[in-house]
Amino acid sequence: MEVIRVAIADGAVARASDRLRTTGLGSCVGVVLFESRSGLSGMVHVMLPNAPAAGTDRPTKYADVGVDWLVDQLHKAGAKPSQLRAKIAGGAQMFNTQSTNDVLRVGPRNVDAVLNSLNRLEIPLLAADTGGSVGRTIEFDPETETLWVRTAFKGQYGI
Amino acid sequence: MNEPNLSDWQADVLREVGNIGAGHAAMALSTLLQSEVRMSVTSARICQFDEIPDVIGGAEAVIVAVFLRMSGDLSGNMMFLLSLASAKQLINHLLPGEEAEDFTELEMSALGEVGNILGGSYLNALSLLTSLRLQQSVPAVAIDMAGAVLDIGILMAGEVADSAVLIHTSIWQGTTNIDGHFFLLPDPDSGMPLLQALGNRDE
Repeated sequence: MEVIRVAIADGAVARASDRLRTTGLGSCVGVVLFESRSGLSGMVHVMLPNAPAAGTDRPTKYADVGVDWLVDQLHKAGAKPSQLRAKIAGGAQMFNTQSTNDVLRVGPRNVDAVLNSLNRLEIPLLAADTGGSVGRTIEFDPETETLWVRTAFKGQYGI
Repeated sequence: MNEPNLSDWQADVLREVGNIGAGHAAMALSTLLQSEVRMSVTSARICQFDEIPDVIGGAEAVIVAVFLRMSGDLSGNMMFLLSLASAKQLINHLLPGEEAEDFTELEMSALGEVGNILGGSYLNALSLLTSLRLQQSVPAVAIDMAGAVLDIGILMAGEVADSAVLIHTSIWQGTTNIDGHFFLLPDPDSGMPLLQALGNRDE
């Protein structure tokens, strides 16, 4: 078994025998798509809700186009887009503040943008661990289809 | 992709900005602790987003972060970062008698205030040096994985690039075992006004 590390604003696809992992999600969202039949899974670590209107050569940075990119990659690897299902985690607001600074509230906006994309692509969301003010490290086990979430102070749990 | 690029001269100027800012902040911390605080040479460089948490021990290292948003003629993000042990030491010094395992609301607020004072000294020095008008937001405090708390610092850069300019200085105080870091992450559109204010020789 290999653990494939997904960096911030990046994405990857894994075969049935491998796990996908990304560390230190704050306001970013980790999106996992997987297909039970083939055991294929994919992950993106998106940091912003919307790609610029002019387009981007880094779709894995954005919640809106990152999910499409991942579906495309899984499709190329042999998965059926209609069979994909999703689990997501992240989208926290790490700093609690009275200020109306929009930058600090990007977490919930990222989650909304991911949900919109899943909705548009008709991908069922099986589990989500989002929001709050905690950082999360996530690892997807394709064998049990469990998304393991680790936090700094509350240990590890599966969703 | 429009990746930022630093010439040697620009890196030198930003390093000097960090040295002066962090120097004043270290002096403010010396006053608070009533003992001498030392500082490293400042580094100023372009960091890929992934590399930034590595500067302070990796994405999963648990740290205390005070975040200040800088606005005015320049905008950017200022962060004062401490290890958990250092934050406890600092609190013991400022609020003797508080010995709880977790951080209480009072302690979090004390840490925010320290970040506020140090960040204020840093930005004040920067403002004097450049004659630019700068304001700082109220401080916000978070204790969590480095990767998670640093997200916010790179968001503005993330809109236009996959990397950010990081101006980094380490500080430490020997007898109380306190060490910390200052991060200044100018917004992508703020690098140039900053360099122009200091006389851009590259043009």
